[in-house]
Amino acid sequence: MDTILETRGITKSFPGVKALDAVDFSLERGTVHALVGENGAGKSTLMFVLGGVYRPDAGEILMEGKPAAFFSSHDANRAGISVVYQELSLVPNLSVAENIFAHRQPVRWMNLIDWDGLHRKTTQLLALFGSEKLDPRTPVGELPIAKRQIVEILKAMSVDPKILILDEPTSSLTEVEAKELFDNIRTLKSRGISVIYISHHLQEIFEIADTVTILRDGRHVCDARVCDIDEDFLVTNMVGRKIGNMYGDPPAGRQIGETAFEARGLSRKGEFNGVSFRVQKGEIVGFAGLVGSGRTELSRAIFGAEPPEAGEMFLNGRKVSLRSPRRAIRSGIGYLTEDRKAHGLFLDFSIRDNVVANHLADFSGSFLGFLRSGRMEEFTQGRIRDFNIMARGPGQTVNNLSGGNQQKVLLSAWFGIQPQFLIADEPTRGVDVGAKSDIYRLLRSLAAEGIAIMLISSDLSEIIGISDRVYVMRDGAIVGELARERATEETIISLATGLQLTRSKECVE
Amino acid sequence: MTFLRRLTRQREFVIFLIVAAVFVFMIFASPVFLTEGNILSVLLSLSIESIMAVGMVVLMVGGGFDMSVGSILGFTGIILGKLLTNGIPTVPAVLLALIVGVVIGLWNGFIIAKIKINPFVTTLASLSIFRGLSYVFTSGRNISGLPDAFQAIGQARYFGVQLPIVYALVLLIIGEIVLRNSRFFRQYYYIGGNERAARLSGISVDWMTIIAYMLTGVLAAWAGIVFTARMGSASCQAGTGWELRVITAVILGGASLKGGSGTVLGTFLGVFLMALLSNALVLLGVDIYWQQFVVGVVLISAVMIDTLGRRVGAAGKQEA
Repeated sequence: MDTILETRGITKSFPGVKALDAVDFSLERGTVHALVGENGAGKSTLMFVLGGVYRPDAGEILMEGKPAAFFSSHDANRAGISVVYQELSLVPNLSVAENIFAHRQPVRWMNLIDWDGLHRKTTQLLALFGSEKLDPRTPVGELPIAKRQIVEILKAMSVDPKILILDEPTSSLTEVEAKELFDNIRTLKSRGISVIYISHHLQEIFEIADTVTILRDGRHVCDARVCDIDEDFLVTNMVGRKIGNMYGDPPAGRQIGETAFEARGLSRKGEFNGVSFRVQKGEIVGFAGLVGSGRTELSRAIFGAEPPEAGEMFLNGRKVSLRSPRRAIRSGIGYLTEDRKAHGLFLDFSIRDNVVANHLADFSGSFLGFLRSGRMEEFTQGRIRDFNIMARGPGQTVNNLSGGNQQKVLLSAWFGIQPQFLIADEPTRGVDVGAKSDIYRLLRSLAAEGIAIMLISSDLSEIIGISDRVYVMRDGAIVGELARERATEETIISLATGLQLTRSKECVE
Repeated sequence: MTFLRRLTRQREFVIFLIVAAVFVFMIFASPVFLTEGNILSVLLSLSIESIMAVGMVVLMVGGGFDMSVGSILGFTGIILGKLLTNGIPTVPAVLLALIVGVVIGLWNGFIIAKIKINPFVTTLASLSIFRGLSYVFTSGRNISGLPDAFQAIGQARYFGVQLPIVYALVLLIIGEIVLRNSRFFRQYYYIGGNERAARLSGISVDWMTIIAYMLTGVLAAWAGIVFTARMGSASCQAGTGWELRVITAVILGGASLKGGSGTVLGTFLGVFLMALLSNALVLLGVDIYWQQFVVGVVLISAVMIDTLGRRVGAAGKQEA
């Protein structure tokens, strides 16, 4: 085979952490090479080193056998490496064409931009992914996420790279959009471009990658051909221990009790229509559907953030009217949000301040309602232990925790109000495998205590793995209800899309 | 249809409608409004602000912001006055004054881009520092007796048009072309729109930021030169509070404090509207003290119409 990129002994330290420790890595021309590992394993650091954003402390990079040194992303681009970053790096006000060509627009006299040329070149690039109908003049802010991602990839492609690095490209895509992305990646591969693919979603690796490199704690663990391994092998090597069934099993002898929450005919114009469902005590009910099917809108409506325009809700058989999140919390409804950074956590505050935030009353003394710091400290310590939060102590700022640990903090904060009904909206998005299994365990133990849980997730294996029952939504309505035994990926996808899908992809030699 | 949609979506469109409405109203309301003399006096009154606003809009598109332009204007005037009254000829004196503006811009830009201090704080400090120095250098007295050759810079006329108007129009036209079409200036839209993305695209954000402050500095200095020449004397109060008028005009013209939007054309319309309103109030015999009040009302109305319009537009699109 023909090695296009090789790193030897790359080491990079940050204050207090050795992010990469003598990592050797090699990439063959025209292959898709997955890079996996838990958060903090060093995937992103390696990507930033290859992309020219970080300079390694030691080690060398060989590009087509020749040593290369990158002092900026510009140098990496020139050497033929282009990175598609996870957080979309686009400018919403500017057009598709201007985003793709950033400050490399074709120019004529006096460096004035040749707009016709720019739009022509953009249309050519868009045609690569079958999107030539998109007007290059459309502002990127008006595009749906999946299209923005295409723009992002084309932006990386516009420098004509030999190597394309994709960082968690499917994190905001639906299953169907992800399939399209994979087709696009195959197109790139067929043109001889090598792809480094970073992802948390292990099934994707089996779907798209040829080879895989596993990193753990900044070290290179092993390389493998994807057709020689299975998901268990990946997980075991990423975590460094056997995880077994990540989703766990429902505790034995668990009682699914009477109905805890019931919705009848909830509607909100343009978002969801005539939605009725119920969740029993101790039950985890999954809500599957494509992004935009109205699941998040529905849950926000139940939580009172944007109240429904029609319909009724019952909590423990009593009719409730939830006109605001405050009322919802008071009646015993918790909401674990999809976007924990934007809606759920006070990032600059300590774990302690976050954990106690939504039930401060429990900690105020009788004298003028002053907060009792001793009790808060003790309480937070307990939470850190029970929820297995990896932190230095209650005073650590939430910002410095990994995504999985942030989610555990949020979960423990909601646990504090002792909800009867908990809405968990994408609880494991962007969370690594180890923390995922912790979160599943916590959700199960909440359910075991009789809490009714509504789980919204775009990760089908998660829905199937821990739900007792599954509702599938499409276009703002519930289109199916599946018992645990009947909930398979095929049935859910065909209900969610309204299409019959055939699954393909096995190891092709 | 798409042309019309694209047109109405521009922020300039709202302000253009307001300008057009005031203009048409004034044609009927006042017989003197549409005379050559009056139009020229409106243009003259907006010329100095326009010069500063061209720099400010570039800066604000890139997410920056400069409170010190009024003080730079005053300070360069004082420096010029000192140089000229001490026998330095006009050309070197003017060049030195421009260099002073560049250096102040460099100072602002360096602190903001490299030491990472907030632009508001940095330029607020500069506002105070250079206004203060103007008073220190003159003990608060005006400097008069400037040479005629110098005064011509601000007072000469060609075909009946005063030079300050010519400077402003030339700068506005060049600014409009380069900010819309040149690869170099276009970088400011990336920086203001998403700074991280701009860095990752290989734009030298820090340098571009410093250059933008140098540009507002040198244009504020040029405004100071023209203003001093027009007045025939240098006053240490010159330009006090003008930074707010300039920023107001730029925002009226479609820029946002967050950066990423704004055009020179819009900025011109903003400056023009403000000059037009003062002119209209004078011609209609309204007490001049109402001027600031009206500017404030127009500013918040224009921004609200734009914001609400956008929200309705966005909601409509989702429904469809």
